[in-house]
Amino acid sequence: MRASDLLHPRPEGLYCPAGDFFIDPVRPVARALITHGHSDHARPGHGNVLATRETLDIMALRLGPGFAGTIQAAALGEPMTIGDVAVTFHPAGHVLGSAQIAVEHGGVRIVASGDYKRQADATCAAFEPVRCDVFITEATFGLPVFRHPEAGDEIAGLLRSVERFPERAHVVGAYALGKAQRVIRLIRDAGYDRPIYLHGALEKISAYYRSTGIDLGQLEPATVDRSARGDFAGAIVVGPPSAFADRWARRFPDPISCFASGWMRIRQRARQGGVELPLIISDHSDWNELTATIRETGAGEVWVTHGREEALVRWCQLQGIAARPLHLVGYEDEGD
Amino acid sequence: MNRFAELLDRLVLTPSRNGKLTLLCDYFRQAGDPDRGLALAAITGDLSIAAVKPAMLRALVMERMDPVLFGYSYDYVGDLAETISLVWPEPAEAPRTDAVPTLGDVVARLHAASRSDGPRVIADLLDRLDVSARFAVIKLVTGGLRIGVSARLAKQALADFGKVDVAEIEELWHGLEPPYAALFAWLEGRAPKPEKGARALFRPVMLSNPVGDGDLDRLEPADYAAEWKWDGIRVQVSAEAGLRRLYSRSGDDISGAFPDLVEAMDFDGVIDGELLVGRPPEWTGTFSDLQQRLNRKTVAPKMRAKYPVFVRCYDLLQSSGRDLRPLGFAERRSELERFVAALDPERFDLSPLVPFDDWGHLDRLRKGPPHPVVEGVMIKERRSPYLAGRPKGPWFKWKRDPYTVDAVLMYAQRGHGKRSSYYSDYTFGVWAGPEETPELVPVGKAYFGFTDEELRRIDKYVRDNTIERFGPVRSVRADRQSGLVLEVAFEGLNRSQRHRSGVAMRFPRIARLRWDKPPSEADRIETLQALLD
Repeated sequence: MRASDLLHPRPEGLYCPAGDFFIDPVRPVARALITHGHSDHARPGHGNVLATRETLDIMALRLGPGFAGTIQAAALGEPMTIGDVAVTFHPAGHVLGSAQIAVEHGGVRIVASGDYKRQADATCAAFEPVRCDVFITEATFGLPVFRHPEAGDEIAGLLRSVERFPERAHVVGAYALGKAQRVIRLIRDAGYDRPIYLHGALEKISAYYRSTGIDLGQLEPATVDRSARGDFAGAIVVGPPSAFADRWARRFPDPISCFASGWMRIRQRARQGGVELPLIISDHSDWNELTATIRETGAGEVWVTHGREEALVRWCQLQGIAARPLHLVGYEDEGD
Repeated sequence: MNRFAELLDRLVLTPSRNGKLTLLCDYFRQAGDPDRGLALAAITGDLSIAAVKPAMLRALVMERMDPVLFGYSYDYVGDLAETISLVWPEPAEAPRTDAVPTLGDVVARLHAASRSDGPRVIADLLDRLDVSARFAVIKLVTGGLRIGVSARLAKQALADFGKVDVAEIEELWHGLEPPYAALFAWLEGRAPKPEKGARALFRPVMLSNPVGDGDLDRLEPADYAAEWKWDGIRVQVSAEAGLRRLYSRSGDDISGAFPDLVEAMDFDGVIDGELLVGRPPEWTGTFSDLQQRLNRKTVAPKMRAKYPVFVRCYDLLQSSGRDLRPLGFAERRSELERFVAALDPERFDLSPLVPFDDWGHLDRLRKGPPHPVVEGVMIKERRSPYLAGRPKGPWFKWKRDPYTVDAVLMYAQRGHGKRSSYYSDYTFGVWAGPEETPELVPVGKAYFGFTDEELRRIDKYVRDNTIERFGPVRSVRADRQSGLVLEVAFEGLNRSQRHRSGVAMRFPRIARLRWDKPPSEADRIETLQALLD
């Protein structure tokens, strides 16, 4: 059978007719398979949701317990049958609970990677390459300019700056699910054991991460009243990036705004955002990880989605791998 | 090299002056010689490396990657140096840490490279460096770091580092050469202060304080002399044993842009004065005219003919090797009058003294100056020696009142550093077009002049009246019925082709917030245009 008969885009999302399900649909459908808990992939209102235990928990935390009609947990590496289709979830290394979804039928195996990364991350299971005929890859950082440095080196730079500017607060912008917890964990791994202050928007998910056994050290709410401004001198505060421009940031003494994101590779992005200390730490694969992963999957055909499709398609063509952009709508290609 | 690269990365993104000084001081402390001296020279623009054409760098990278992928990358990033630093292929084996070249190594290799050798040397360097360091090297070889650090700020950092007065650094500066080992040795207390061996050095200038409320009441008018304050730029004209230098007030050597003036510097002495365009005594040009000659490396003959420059002299610091700075102003003035009388009258004239009876008399003179290029008066104590810096007391500036205009707030941009959560940079406009259907045209941007409390109120106003957002900029509701009127004070207007309104303000700042004033009553562009002529 042709790969495009097994999976193809519809306005609701990527659809599998043989199993009558969608992967990461952007509109409510009867049956959804969800790769991970970020809000553009995990939406409310589906009839049935199949995802990893952690992804289901995260969806319940963010969307409320009634986010779907029924739910079903998928164990990593264990094949299931949906209709005529064999479905297996494999770890994607993106955030806690994130998975690639392998779909197999009529001798064709397609792996939908969702979002993924290959750099080590102590807060989620590592990506496993899965041999397949067609690999659906994300392309958030699908340009040769994006080569993320070791996250540990970025954190070392943050800690050097904390030492250099002891009278100022370092306010680190990081997305609430995954990035924030990874950054905190990296700071702990670098030996920093003072309390880290947390914006309220990060509390729920961070508490969930800890409940699964991920040690984040001592976390304190960054919600002390103004009189205690001096207390934040020399402190590290983690908050969602949107909070920077917000009045929330005013409680800190002469804050140094830091932003943990793969986009920080580009100076102009940092400058425009008023970021003083960019931390190039990403949940997504950089160019080298994307191209190495495509090779490892052995896929003869690559479908490229959300991001800079054209460069990755070009690279595949240069390698003699069939490739095309998969025009899926409704995903943010900016979030990191 | 990595430390220098990190310094550049941080300086570019650090808005606050104090933050930059801390970063520079730390670097001077941690980096050894000659790296820190070379870094300093790179920042102050005193490091000479044979420039490399961007096309050569592009050719180097094209040999190493698919041109289509490079094209996508360059389109996305927009800056050639940055794109190349990011896409340059990593060598198969990571270079050993001890094999990473230092800034000293890099500069030495670039210096030694012949023209034909250049590309190979640069490629080899890029192979051994990481992204940040590659960017730093490319910036070094293409010229112009553009990291928001002036030579003046770098000297201030040196002063902080060595706990000395910045005037001491400025005075020594032009006698020193990269990598400044003797300077650092002195600043670290390991060696005596370097000797002032060179000729025609810069002497730190004496600055004045603005006249504050009641300042003059305590002063005896007879103890002071007054001069017109001319609207040019402060310069120091230094000629000694055949060497001629024209310095800006911060000690930058700007001789290259003014060959017409340098030709006429056939004397031995150091003059303090105002650089102006014109042909004295009949013609003194405006600051707009002078701007045609500023910030140029070279100057075409046509430009020299159309905008000739001269110096209106007001002090003499040195004459035939004799340091006059310890003398009182009145004595220096007599020396100056004799000195200038012997100079080319087309290039040097004397700043006239302004006789006055009492402060009230001087106030009237200040408000009604005899020439449009006068922006107030200077008041100088007759007995005071010439002191570096801005001593309180001997010199005052008393400017004529600024111009003001009522404008309407159009856009607000988030500030930096402490102000990054406030909309603190304001673009304002005045009405233009037909009376019945006028439109606002932007005429300037201001980000100071208000109190913290006023800032909070404007910030709230901006957030409550946003109609569009573009990144850090918000467009604010501004029509005839609703909008915030700002009384903007400014020092003058220049014609500008870059602005739609055709005018550019000098030193605009917010004088008052006119919450009470309907936007339809703000000024029209014709009010400003009238000031141009």
